[in-house]
Amino acid sequence: MATQIPVTEIQDQKVQSPQRHWLEVLHDWVTTVDHKKIGLMYIGYALIFLVIAGFEALLMRVQLAIPNNHFVSPQVFNGLFTMHGTTMVFFVGMPILFGFGNYLIPLMIGARDMAFPRLNAFSFWISAFGGLLLYFSYVGGSGLYGAGSAPDVGWFAYAPLTARVFSPGHSTDYWTLSLLLTGIGTIGTALNIVATIISMRCPGMKMSRLPLLPWLYLVTSGLTFVAIGPLTAAQIMLLLDRYVGSHFFDTQAGGSAVLWMHFFWIFGHPEVYILVLPAFAFANEIIPVFSRKAIFGYPAMVAASVGIGFISLGVWAHHMFTVGLGPGENTFFTLATMIISVPTGIKIFNWLATLWGGKIHFTVAMMFAIGFLFQFLIAGLTGIMLSVAPFDWQLGNSYFVVAHFHYVLVGAILFMLFSAFYYWYPKMSGRMLSERLGKWHFWLFLIGFHLTFDLMHVPGLLGMPRRIYTYEADRGWMIWNVIISSGAIVQTVATLLFVFNMVWSYFRGPIAGPDPWDAWTLEWSVSSPPPSYNFAEIPVVASRRPLWDLKHPDDPDSDYEMDQPTPHEKQEKSL
Amino acid sequence: MFATQEWCGLSAMTLSAFVADPTNIFAPAGTPASSIFSLSMLVLGITSAIFLVVAGILTYVLIRYRSRGAGGRGEQEPPQIYGSNQIELSWTVIPILIVVMLFLATTRVIYTTEHAQRPTNALDVTVIGHQFWWEYHYPQLGVVTANELHVPVSDHAHPLPTYLTMSSADTDHSFWVPRLAGKMDVIPNKVNTMWIDPQAKGLYLGQCAQYCGVQHAKMLIRVYADTPEEFAAWIARQRQPAVDDPSVAEGRNVFMHNACISCHTIRGTVATGRFGPDLTHVGSRDTIASGSVPNNPANLRQFIDNPANLKPGALMPPMHLDSHDLDAVTAYLTTLK
Repeated sequence: MATQIPVTEIQDQKVQSPQRHWLEVLHDWVTTVDHKKIGLMYIGYALIFLVIAGFEALLMRVQLAIPNNHFVSPQVFNGLFTMHGTTMVFFVGMPILFGFGNYLIPLMIGARDMAFPRLNAFSFWISAFGGLLLYFSYVGGSGLYGAGSAPDVGWFAYAPLTARVFSPGHSTDYWTLSLLLTGIGTIGTALNIVATIISMRCPGMKMSRLPLLPWLYLVTSGLTFVAIGPLTAAQIMLLLDRYVGSHFFDTQAGGSAVLWMHFFWIFGHPEVYILVLPAFAFANEIIPVFSRKAIFGYPAMVAASVGIGFISLGVWAHHMFTVGLGPGENTFFTLATMIISVPTGIKIFNWLATLWGGKIHFTVAMMFAIGFLFQFLIAGLTGIMLSVAPFDWQLGNSYFVVAHFHYVLVGAILFMLFSAFYYWYPKMSGRMLSERLGKWHFWLFLIGFHLTFDLMHVPGLLGMPRRIYTYEADRGWMIWNVIISSGAIVQTVATLLFVFNMVWSYFRGPIAGPDPWDAWTLEWSVSSPPPSYNFAEIPVVASRRPLWDLKHPDDPDSDYEMDQPTPHEKQEKSL
Repeated sequence: MFATQEWCGLSAMTLSAFVADPTNIFAPAGTPASSIFSLSMLVLGITSAIFLVVAGILTYVLIRYRSRGAGGRGEQEPPQIYGSNQIELSWTVIPILIVVMLFLATTRVIYTTEHAQRPTNALDVTVIGHQFWWEYHYPQLGVVTANELHVPVSDHAHPLPTYLTMSSADTDHSFWVPRLAGKMDVIPNKVNTMWIDPQAKGLYLGQCAQYCGVQHAKMLIRVYADTPEEFAAWIARQRQPAVDDPSVAEGRNVFMHNACISCHTIRGTVATGRFGPDLTHVGSRDTIASGSVPNNPANLRQFIDNPANLKPGALMPPMHLDSHDLDAVTAYLTTLK
């Protein structure tokens, strides 16, 4: 079977265009429907919010370094953790992952754009305005000096704290409306990703040959459909409670606080997987390339991802073990939560098996991916501890939980994102990131991360609840908090190095060329950065690694993949 | 902005981290906390074993299979292995077996804790969470108090557990005394129950573990486990009406003619407010402001003057009393033993 991929670099877009007026450039970006530009805007927008929300975390760590500190007032602190959580989940995690998805999916499946380019632009802009609306709360209300009327109800905004009697003014409305807006954008992008993967794959790319990154984005997008609905419904009910006098969550008038928890967590837990599946997706692409081996157990990886997707819809009440649901519910959700560790374990073992027998290249991208493996293992194991309902009665809502989910969000997802930046930055910008600076970034961030989040488990075990703006001096928590806070400073320095590396390499980095990593998926067959139409000629593929086939015509993957034909193929043959 | 003495206390704190911590979940002093502790040791054992095996393999693989060549293009690629159904099956089945084992052990603790047989002599306490303090009723004994919960010791020879029936007057709270039991949320419009049985006499600390508003951090819990005799004596004192000491009549007068009485109760007087803590025996408590500061006249005076001095966000407004009246009220409240 011949593979026809135009690997010859397409030079026509490289024609030196004359210096354009900045307004023209701006107009170009604002009106673009190109999936690559929208992807980059998503990433840029998320990075800005990452810096803002990271700064909020730093302020909280200064406040908590010592007991009974007066660095910020309780009101400001409560606003900080609410904004930090909301921003990181909705305006950093989701957009940056959708940004990479937007950029990479059409390139990896041999398409020229997403299925609905205008919907794509609409989704980006409405999400972006959601973020701006949330932050407008800081300047609205009582203005900057009084820290405005930033929402201060926590990122899961438990009822009835959000009722008008407990949350007067408009801070909660900023939170509600900004999440409503981004929810629309999120659904739009998820829809787009599903439609693109289902209908825009290049000839020869059956679902069984789809690279794992788009596969996992398909699962993530499916979860998004299910998860965002309840969140949006709950936000609308909350608005009705606040302004029309309904009583869904108004406990003073017979409403139910537990109802909100169910609505929120049936969104909130799939949301965790919406965020982590793209990180798995990056690992599925990056680990094989730097081990110089095909991914081990592709069908098992797909099955495990789909399995995680389904099971994750039935575990939400493990966030509610202390709510008093009763032993029956607690038992059910303990079991459901433990079961999800099985497909998750399959993934880890398959990554190990991919490394096994390979030739591992320790590039910065690979180092971050290995950090991801170690930390995701630990995060998974603390997750098992929390799934044990009685253990959770102690650990729930303590700093142990905070440490656990930061291990997932930072130790796993952010590490894998950094890995993805080092891996795909050359494709996006045409220049390599500095490996030397990257190694500094990696080691500093690793040290800072472990200082902060390893030790953060301890005050939780010693009884420190989350979301307290200060703590008592006699509890033995201070020493841990001092070290945790110092780790935060190391992480800040590392992140600044990363930002510097991105800016510096954009102008001074070595030219990347189309395929700097000797990789195997279709995005590496086009120039870096790719032309606006991606492929001059739509490629035809015969296996999961079309560039491997091209580089090893004597030993193509397609020979092996044929050994185990999918049922669909069997059917085709018998026909 | 930083309180300097706090930094000076750093070395002392370093030491304190390694001595007995008052809220350590691994120092159980009651049956629910102990059964959680045993279960958690099992879970920690299993997860540590998994960690050692998987991290060990990962480390081995990284060392054994690191690229030794220059890593340039054209280097011989390693053999390509695409998968193995047998291996996939083995690392699916083994985790499933571990999960089943863990699940059974967990279920047992869930049921023995949440479905425990309630002894007939158990003490009942009704716990009401408020922004940002705790109200305790002893319905069998006719006692109402706040923030400092007294319960009898329950040793193995004479089990005497205390059953807490809990709800909230406003937002969500969570009752957590780590050495006695796991936490249980205190939710408006929902009645939850939990039980504690401190095995030894002493003071057990905890705090609200569900974000409940501005001053969530200083919604502290103090549980005093008394011997049966001490407990009986404490109850007897709490059932007395408020002390009426003529030497502080002026302070009493200030209290009864200000807004204090709309929120606070002092039994036997016109003060019958229900919004704030019952002050009938406030002088007998060790702390004020929900465990934030020791109960001494200086703190009490500062708190009455403006609660935000000690507890910003507390719902009690500044009382705007002049210095003379402040002294008088402080003196009066101090006598309410």
